[in-house]
Amino acid sequence: MLKKRIIPVLLLKNGRMVKGVQFDNYRDTGDAVSASRIYNAQYADELMFIDIEASGAGRGALLHVIEEVSEECFMPLTVGGGVRSCDDIQQFLRAGADKVLITTAATESYEVIRQGAEMFGAQCIVAGVDIRTVDDQYRVFSHCGKTMTELELIAHVEALQDAGAGELLITSIDRDGGMEGYDLGLFKLIQSVSRVPVIVNGGAGHFMHLVDAIKAGAHAVACASVFHFGDNNPIRARSYLKNHAIAVKNVK
Amino acid sequence: MICLLDYGAGNLRSVSNAIEYLGYDCVISDSPAVISDASHLIIPGVGSYPAAMNNLCERELLPVIHDFANSGRPLMGICLGMQILSEIGLEYGETVGLGLIPGQVVSLPTEDLVLPHVGWNSLELNWDHPCFVRIKTGLDFYFVHSFCFHTSPEFALATTDYGVNFASVVAKDNVLGVQFHPEKSQDAGLRLIENFLDWDGQC
Repeated sequence: MLKKRIIPVLLLKNGRMVKGVQFDNYRDTGDAVSASRIYNAQYADELMFIDIEASGAGRGALLHVIEEVSEECFMPLTVGGGVRSCDDIQQFLRAGADKVLITTAATESYEVIRQGAEMFGAQCIVAGVDIRTVDDQYRVFSHCGKTMTELELIAHVEALQDAGAGELLITSIDRDGGMEGYDLGLFKLIQSVSRVPVIVNGGAGHFMHLVDAIKAGAHAVACASVFHFGDNNPIRARSYLKNHAIAVKNVK
Repeated sequence: MICLLDYGAGNLRSVSNAIEYLGYDCVISDSPAVISDASHLIIPGVGSYPAAMNNLCERELLPVIHDFANSGRPLMGICLGMQILSEIGLEYGETVGLGLIPGQVVSLPTEDLVLPHVGWNSLELNWDHPCFVRIKTGLDFYFVHSFCFHTSPEFALATTDYGVNFASVVAKDNVLGVQFHPEKSQDAGLRLIENFLDWDGQC
């Protein structure tokens, strides 16, 4: 049977790994390639790299990280940050990425999702949606949480899938870095209209949060803080999930 | 010399990284001369069945691939590369495949499970094969696909459960096809690639 996935997320700013709270107050958390090597040794299911600055310099650094990581780490790599065109997608795939995450560009037009899926296959395209609660409503944000869009959440999720996205990454900005658990209300709302695998992101602080999200139906759980801060790692995460009767990857 | 087929439809870099990591050398090529000289041929594949077959036809690679298969040397198709080993693909209409292993490629008939089938899943090996030695039962491999290879049991070396049992590995003589990505399946996948590179094509 298909196993549930635990995906460490590495945020990059100027080539360095960072972590923040609610998409702000980022602090340096080390070297991305070193961290990737450790995750690889711990048999992480996948790795996700996101360039939060998406500037010219940041892109170069991220490409370099992917090139190095893909030479030694033989698991799926997803890369995102400032992807706006098929040329961007091609650039990341050539560097060694298997999947490309598209978030902000898709809030402006679904064309990059559509063209990307057509040219490279839906399995290459992960559509990201960043959500913050404003006046008790879930609102779609772009530009790393800086800009509130006018998009209606469910309509946007439907459109992303119609355009050909192979997976959805749903991130709660409110819960990000808070280590108090995923926003399962948000997840269930998305789940009601999802036709592709959904990865939940934002808020994991304890392995029980991963259990809760998976039992609510998430196909995969993305996490950063839970691994960065403390001595938790993917091996312990898998063990914890297994003890809660969740099927996880068998490596040995 | 190990040849990794370059036909514009594959994640070549990941596969070549894995081969080199294992200590082997490989050449990435679409030249008939290079392919016919190779000891092993690997056909990767990402994208769609019609696009892949179109690319092969445009590069006039069908004869040299058939010759290679007929010579008895080891040939492995990965993901879409495995699917095009079939006779026909039904993705976006009907497309003729390489016809090296009997069968058709059809949409994965899962009723209530989402597509694509993405993630780590295990194999039920139906008989012993040189490419699966030293790979423990129950290890997971990384899958990402929406179509599957429909064939008769005699060619389904392994099946995988995703709502239905589909052929995750197909094999006929010196030809092997794997639906998953061994170059993305960590130790188990690297072991499979290594076994393939050590294989002489005999069963």
